[in-house]
Amino acid sequence: MQLNAILVTQNVFNGIMVGGLYALIAVGYTMVYGILRLINFAHGDIMMMGIYFAFYGVILMRMPTILGIVFAILATALLGFVVDRVAYKPLRNAPRISALITAIGMSFFLESFAVVVFGANYKSFLQVLGKNKAFVFKTFKLGGVIIPQITFVVIGITIVALLILFYIVYRTKIGMAMRAISADIPTTSLMGINVDLVIGFTFALGSAFAAIAGIMWAMRYPNFYPYTGFMPGLKAFIAAVFGGIGSLQGAVLGGFLLGIIEVMLITFFPSLMQYRDAFAFLILIIILLIKPSGLLGKKSIEKV
Amino acid sequence: MKKVVVALLVLIISLLTFGVIKIGVVLPMTGGISAFGELVWEGVQLAHEEMPKVLGEDVTLVLVDNRSEKIEAANAVSRAIDKEGVVAIIGQVASSHSLAGGQIAETKGVPMLSPSSTNPLVTQGKKFVSRVCFIDPFQGGALAVFASDLLGVKKVAVFVDIEQDYSVGLTNFFIDRFKKSGGQVKKIYYKTGDQEFSAQITQALAFGADAILVTGYYPEIALVAQQAKMLGFTGYFLAGDGADAPELVQIGGEAVEGLFFTTHFHPDANVTERSKRFVNEFVRKYKKKPSALAALGYDAYMILMEAISRVGKADPKLIAEAVRSIKNFEGATGIITIDENGNALKSVIVDVVKNGEFAFQTVIQPDQILGK
Repeated sequence: MQLNAILVTQNVFNGIMVGGLYALIAVGYTMVYGILRLINFAHGDIMMMGIYFAFYGVILMRMPTILGIVFAILATALLGFVVDRVAYKPLRNAPRISALITAIGMSFFLESFAVVVFGANYKSFLQVLGKNKAFVFKTFKLGGVIIPQITFVVIGITIVALLILFYIVYRTKIGMAMRAISADIPTTSLMGINVDLVIGFTFALGSAFAAIAGIMWAMRYPNFYPYTGFMPGLKAFIAAVFGGIGSLQGAVLGGFLLGIIEVMLITFFPSLMQYRDAFAFLILIIILLIKPSGLLGKKSIEKV
Repeated sequence: MKKVVVALLVLIISLLTFGVIKIGVVLPMTGGISAFGELVWEGVQLAHEEMPKVLGEDVTLVLVDNRSEKIEAANAVSRAIDKEGVVAIIGQVASSHSLAGGQIAETKGVPMLSPSSTNPLVTQGKKFVSRVCFIDPFQGGALAVFASDLLGVKKVAVFVDIEQDYSVGLTNFFIDRFKKSGGQVKKIYYKTGDQEFSAQITQALAFGADAILVTGYYPEIALVAQQAKMLGFTGYFLAGDGADAPELVQIGGEAVEGLFFTTHFHPDANVTERSKRFVNEFVRKYKKKPSALAALGYDAYMILMEAISRVGKADPKLIAEAVRSIKNFEGATGIITIDENGNALKSVIVDVVKNGEFAFQTVIQPDQILGK
């Protein structure tokens, strides 16, 4: 097949679309890591729970779409807070590997919980959108290149989300506490700061972003089931490492780049299209070999 | 005293079981694809209600659950034969389950009749395993005939799920037949669980496809249709019986309107007199329209009864032979002929999605597929 300018441009935009979603998920992912140095492998599953909250808020509790989404964000934030209290808080002083294993356990738990409570079958997010579903399918045409409206929505929400985050982290008291904790937990607690509350708040905030990302994800891909969070969670992890885990700007950059690279590899090597997920892991390996701290990551000195 | 009680019990049991023909029904009643098992069971029960006796003896159905698992699918067949003493088995739904269970039925010499396993391997090299549904080469051929002869399509982009034998097989059989009609094909790969297809769809558009065929299952079919429409694709959408689930419309919404798919049965198709009767009876009993799987379950039972009555006694080996000698049997899903390999030759139904419902489009006859 011949490569032409339109095909390539179209796929760049397709990549931006996917990358925007990765970026949005990676922001929440990297935030928890930045504060706690914890790879929260359950992040993708918290995102999945966010989708279910929106679904049941609208379907069972008959909320209007917007209210259902707000409800989902709040419920997911609460879930994040509870997850931290139940699973991570008891391990605050344990070796980091224990917390990592607990995070993987939490991921399995949330998936199995969803299978038991919500059922293993696919559900459709279009039911949540109701009359608003046409909004998801609107597209713009720019000289032969077609861009779905939702691309702009995803990018817009990512920007707004980042602005809110930066405001919280750099302009508020709790943000200052978060930064202090990321530097040194024991000393921070000596300063009279309720460390557990601040960490709980961080989880709630990260989970709220997971819910927003999940809802965006479900608008683009309306079929969801209890394992929906698995792949996006993994991709967001790769994006976060790519951009420099712990760095918010890095997560966004990593997300967009990962999306674009994935799509462009298929564009230039169509015969490899079934290995698309493998490319993502290849990128992870390469970045870990060449620049382990990621593109925008700071080189941190390990305390011995 | 004890001996008398035992003797009495034995007498009662033998009286109760005297003149009873036991038929095993091995289906997934729990687990991942339990929804499919329930649908088949509805059809089998209806058929049993309509014909509760054969050779003047009562037929007893023994339902055994395979828990949607491959290993349990084999165990369930053993249990039905050894513990329950069934003379024949109706089952199973998924091809992989029928493959596992069929091996046991073959060794023990008891006929097994699958209502819905379409993979060619299920009956290959076996004497006792047969089926009442068409096989994938047939379905792929029907799709090709429909695309080239009825829609006039010249270039098809086929989305192949590399993780499903069903999809890979169906694709190859489609391509064989479609190329004979002078069509061009481009294969596009994905795997189960993929959600983002825009890069692949862009390739299909660059190929100039006037139809997109997705040979996998409904979650991906729905997403491909959605994303292809968003990227400006205006041609036809085609799929196999993997699309035949109400979730297709729930997930796909308006994007799957106009999608054509091949399947086994549609309540409005009225392919035979018996289909009409079956639909009426089904609606009366269950207060809803029958699914393709229910119709296949019904046909499996009826063909088994026909085979037993031809043999004249409940002998498993003779029943297995009789099943394979069935010609032009009028079933609910069509006129069924079972060939010497145990595969059903029958018409293929094409449905179209219209106003969020599956509407009957047309029937493709076996000679249309095999001809040319």
